[in-house]
Amino acid sequence: MSILVLADHHDGQLAGATAHVVAAAQQIADADGGDIDLLVAGENVGAIAEQAAKLDGVSRVRVADNGVYAHQLAEPLADLLAALADDYSHILASASTTGKNVLPRLAALKDVSPLSDILSVESADTFKRPIYAGNAIATVQSAETLKVLSVRATAFDAVGESNSAPIDTVDTVVDNRLSSFVGEELAQSERPELGGARVVISGGRGMGSGDNFKLLDGIADKLGAAIGASRAAVDAGFVPNDMQVGQTGKIVAPELYIAVGISGAIQHLAGMKDSKVIVAINKDEEAPIFQVADYGLVGDLFQILPELEQKL
Amino acid sequence: MKVLVAVKRVIDYNVKIRVKADNSDVDLTNVKMAMNPFCEIAVEEAVRLKEKGVASEVVVVTIGPKAAQEQLRTALALGADRALHIETDERVEALTVAKLLKRVVDDEQPGLTILGKQAIDSDNNQTGQMLAALTGLAQGTFASKVDVKDGTVDVTREIDGGLQTVSLKLPAIVTTDLRLNEPRYAKLPDIMKAKKKPLDVKTPAELGVELVAKLTQLKVETPAERQGGIKVASVDELIDKLKNDAKVIS
Ligand SMILES: Cc1cc2nc3c(=O)[nH]c(=O)nc-3n(C[C@H](O)[C@H](O)[C@H](O)COP(=O)(O)OP(=O)(O)OC[C@H]3O[C@@H](n4cnc5c(N)ncnc54)[C@H](O)[C@@H]3O)c2cc1C
Ligand SMILES: Nc1ncnc2c1ncn2[C@@H]1O[C@H](COP(=O)(O)O)[C@@H](O)[C@H]1O
Repeated sequence: MSILVLADHHDGQLAGATAHVVAAAQQIADADGGDIDLLVAGENVGAIAEQAAKLDGVSRVRVADNGVYAHQLAEPLADLLAALADDYSHILASASTTGKNVLPRLAALKDVSPLSDILSVESADTFKRPIYAGNAIATVQSAETLKVLSVRATAFDAVGESNSAPIDTVDTVVDNRLSSFVGEELAQSERPELGGARVVISGGRGMGSGDNFKLLDGIADKLGAAIGASRAAVDAGFVPNDMQVGQTGKIVAPELYIAVGISGAIQHLAGMKDSKVIVAINKDEEAPIFQVADYGLVGDLFQILPELEQKL
Repeated sequence: MKVLVAVKRVIDYNVKIRVKADNSDVDLTNVKMAMNPFCEIAVEEAVRLKEKGVASEVVVVTIGPKAAQEQLRTALALGADRALHIETDERVEALTVAKLLKRVVDDEQPGLTILGKQAIDSDNNQTGQMLAALTGLAQGTFASKVDVKDGTVDVTREIDGGLQTVSLKLPAIVTTDLRLNEPRYAKLPDIMKAKKKPLDVKTPAELGVELVAKLTQLKVETPAERQGGIKVASVDELIDKLKNDAKVIS
């Protein structure tokens, strides 16, 4: 049987995470056989389907282009997936806010137990996933005939983009009388996406104010970094919610993670401890962040950051 | 309008867990337990809806062992009116939790059902979405604002790119994110009063739900521990290490 991957996209662009989810699907296909179909659902998503067709390993891109799928609301998307599900052994999506919103709803419609945030494919029915904020890793075997899985994108290397898979149309149009879109406030940023950035620099409560986050800008510019934050910095209103890194925010695993004025609570570590190199800047030499940092610099961030920017 | 809130007893968020030596599970013996933080936010939201006159009654429900009644009493002390304990000592999969909660929704007919977005033990982030599917209701997940209107509710959701607002037909299911509200603490007189509030106990069998397990936990491991590194004395030394040892900047 085949595998279906739900493509993640926003602002008319295929999200980077999708290439990582296809890599997870590829590992299942290697173990179990089967083709990989990629579903692009939304409104005016033709250009996204073209991007998706380039992903290596994809046999076919299926496009459901209709106003009812605009903004990827959970109710119509889950109904669409449920209508397609019987042709598939596995349905995957990234563990993004869209994937986490839609997949469990789909699973319940099909009366199966889903698995969220898988980190590895052990076999076609066995997967590893983090529990307790990543302080334990569970190996879980699913006896369901349809496996519904959300995938932690940072745990799989992206597939390449040298394919040109055929694109066909899905005619299924569902009805949505339950929910409607009212509006959105999206953060505008020229910087790379947090989940896919090579370098991430994050600020915590120690930054003191939203204005002081500007101290990170120049360094981020020089390093091509995305900017993240701790929950405390978001709760205090310094920066918007989409910048939160951690157990209940975004998961990042860049080459270089720089934590500034962040103490290192387990919920924060859950989102960044798989980074390759971690730097911590904190004035408290006992801060737990130093236990995971490769390079720790004890001192006042208000002195260190300008100096770092200037010397980079 | 009645509001139903599902709460889960989990390990206290401050506790660092240990994996059992035989790798069968995490070790919860003598570990401090508490209400899941996202469920505290759910209870708080329901109580505020009651205080605003939007909700007429707040009912809390939990599925778990006898000891989970502590968390129901906490919810009652925080302002819930009555509680339902669905008692079982088994590990219950999220799909089964959702099926049990569906029975409760069928019985109670709440206008709004509020759950946490995620339980901090399983980190599943599934139950609310599954309950919404099983009841055929709309879902407003990861809510940072809930605004009940006439026949609908506007839910502002924390999504990867920022915030999204959706309008849902009532009755509906909402799951809470961190910034929906700041939960209050229970006051001693309220804790005393909570002991007298009604708490019903039922079994899954009484609700007609069989506890099936489709997921088998084969093994639980401790993740590879990161080795703490070194302290550098200056910005110059840091840059030197990043360039020449770690080779992550050029
Ligand atoms: C259910 C739940 C989910 C959570 N999810 C997340 C999550 O996803 N992500 C997350 O980050 N947190 C999360 N948390 C919160 C977490 O427990 C911590 O409260 C939070 O991470 C602390 O943020 P912080 O390190 O910025 O603040 P603090 O712990 O207050 O640390 C601030 C640090 O800044 C340092 N500092 C202050 N001034 C300076 C200065 N001038 N120069 C240098 N250093 C300075 C201090 O020494 C201190 O170490 C969650 C909590 C719960 C209960
Ligand atoms: N055993 C349970 N009893 C009551 N509510 C639960 C239970 N398990 C999960 N929930 C609810 O579902 C939410 C999300 O849990 P989960 O999907 O397991 O991450 C929790 O915050 C609770 O509101």
